[in-house]
Amino acid sequence: MDTQEEVIVYARPDSLTKTNTHYCPGCTHGVAHHLIAEVIDEMGLRERTIGVASVGCSVFAYNYMNFDFVQAPHGRAPAMATGVKRVFPDKVVLTYQGDGDLASIGMAEIVHAAARGENISVFFLNNANYGMTGGQMAPTTLPGQKTTSSPSGRDVETQGYPIRASELLATLDGASYVVRRSLHDPKNIRLAKKAIRTAFEVQLRGLGFSMVELLSTCPTNWEMTPQNSLKWLEEHMIPYYPLGDYKVNPAVAEIKG
Amino acid sequence: MTRELWKGNNAIAEAAVRAGCAAYFGYPITPQTELLEYMSARMPQLGRAFVQAESELAAINMVYGAACTGTRVMSSSSSPGVSLMMEGVSYIAGTEIPAVLVDVMRGGPGLGNIAPAQSDYNQIVHGGGHGDYNLIVLAPSSVQESVDLTVLAFDLAEKYRSICVVLLDGSIGQMMEPAEMPPFQPLRTEYPEWAVTGAKDRERRFLSSIYLDPPQEEAANLRMLRRWQEVQANEIRYKTYYMEDAKFAVIGFGSSGRVALTAVRAARAEGIPVGLLRPITLNPFPEKVVEDLAKQVEGILVVEMNSGQMLEDIRRIAKGAAPVEFFARLGGIVPLPDEVLDEIRRLAKGPLTLEGHPRDRWLARMGTLN
Ligand SMILES: Cc1ncc(C[n+]2csc(CCOP(=O)(O)OP(=O)(O)O)c2C)c(N)n1
Ligand code: SF4
Ligand SMILES: [Mg+2]
Repeated sequence: MDTQEEVIVYARPDSLTKTNTHYCPGCTHGVAHHLIAEVIDEMGLRERTIGVASVGCSVFAYNYMNFDFVQAPHGRAPAMATGVKRVFPDKVVLTYQGDGDLASIGMAEIVHAAARGENISVFFLNNANYGMTGGQMAPTTLPGQKTTSSPSGRDVETQGYPIRASELLATLDGASYVVRRSLHDPKNIRLAKKAIRTAFEVQLRGLGFSMVELLSTCPTNWEMTPQNSLKWLEEHMIPYYPLGDYKVNPAVAEIKG
Repeated sequence: MTRELWKGNNAIAEAAVRAGCAAYFGYPITPQTELLEYMSARMPQLGRAFVQAESELAAINMVYGAACTGTRVMSSSSSPGVSLMMEGVSYIAGTEIPAVLVDVMRGGPGLGNIAPAQSDYNQIVHGGGHGDYNLIVLAPSSVQESVDLTVLAFDLAEKYRSICVVLLDGSIGQMMEPAEMPPFQPLRTEYPEWAVTGAKDRERRFLSSIYLDPPQEEAANLRMLRRWQEVQANEIRYKTYYMEDAKFAVIGFGSSGRVALTAVRAARAEGIPVGLLRPITLNPFPEKVVEDLAKQVEGILVVEMNSGQMLEDIRRIAKGAAPVEFFARLGGIVPLPDEVLDEIRRLAKGPLTLEGHPRDRWLARMGTLN
């Protein structure tokens, strides 16, 4: 029998532990973890990175990422990250936050971390609902979207309008790099990875606050198959949350170019 | 070092700097603000971290993050701000990491006022945040003692991986007194084996207060309790004055204890055999001392600047061995030595009773006062 040399086309990044995640099948939290871990590997940052997990489905992110981690109270990850980064300015500090965590209970903390130009990188998973607690309305839930706490669909008259966090934070001078990407198909996943890399570059160069918003799926609470949820994201979320670069400090543009 | 005139809040800040505090996070609130202002100049001068946070909620979570690195870190606030910090306090306690918090109490509840009070005794000594935890609580009664206890707070916090609170009232924060500063301790360059510092040449570490599996949470709770037993065994601190031959005892902490001491001295001058117990650790509480004292004396007077929060602890510990009476001023009013002296005279004159509740008798007397 002919022996053929094996070529490794893909290996688990060192920055991911060999643990099965608890995420539901088809959930894009896992994709986001992978991208962050791959970039940290490629940039050689694993031994100097400290992650701050938030409260939400990603509360156990520290079980899956193979570097030092702390776990913040709901919404407070940017404040905790500030504490870590101010003591260790030479470490790479990231937060990983859901949309309920970042745009509702933790709105003050994220706005002020950005306003201070806190030199941290924020990865913001927007899945338009509170995944962990079983699919309640989030500040990002779309008008008319049904959730367990907006059973007739979000009524903007009584339940208000969704918050576009990237656009909001981009208005702040302390924010250097704020972009929105999506995890619904391979092309966009590649673009998301590039943005994650840029966010870390921004931090390494001391350029201040960086955030990558990642549009994500929650097939379980959306009550859709994984495939339909990817489609729903593309057809419903992207029109409301357009992909793009909302803040790119001129110094960051140089890195990108 | 020589003695210099220091304002309480500034003195605590400088003491923290000298104790090797590497990071401070806070938010302005009277009567604590000078501490934050002092740090805003002093910490950057020394190349250390200072952030004026957007809220006390953020400040305590910045403390939480910084504490995870194993460095010496502190915050300070006053009553309404400390209420906001209770989330972080519970998380820090649950993560079993050291931090120092200074609480300069003011009148309450609610926005209350900015005058000195002791009405957050229960919040700090008996909980405040959610879950089963204990804070080490130190109560100074002078500027010098505030300085000394601030340094001790960092040591105790570290030794027991616990939050140590320096609990004082606005009058001590605001008053000026001569005090001697401690020597400068170097900043830490080595970090404890649990600290999150980046997983270089070692296994990754994570710090969290989450134990989803109940048996694991129970194990964590038991571990914290056993550590607390060590604190109880080793760290109780208090001061007694004129207690050797005393037939009556006054018990008060912080400013109340200080005012009571003046009154006790005046009563002694009148020939009344009265002494004073001033608890310094409010948690762990000097229970054995109170128990013994209750057996020694014919009557106890508890003096506080709250509605009798420590009083309940004293009654529980004294177990009826001696009658207990109570005197307090509320709402930001510091009792006068003469008021306490009158109460001591009343105590010595009797008759005393084990019936009823001392708070009810005091309230009845307050009716004629106000
Ligand atoms: C102070 C506090 N309030 C509420 C909760 C309950 N809670 C846990 S996760 C969560 C929602 C998380 O949603 P999101 O941030 O969007 O993350 P996802 O699970 O969707 O990824 C809530 C409300 C909590 N843990 N703490
Ligand atoms: S509930 Fe939703 S967000 Fe959470 S793991 Fe499942 S699919 Fe993902
Ligand atoms: Mg969500």
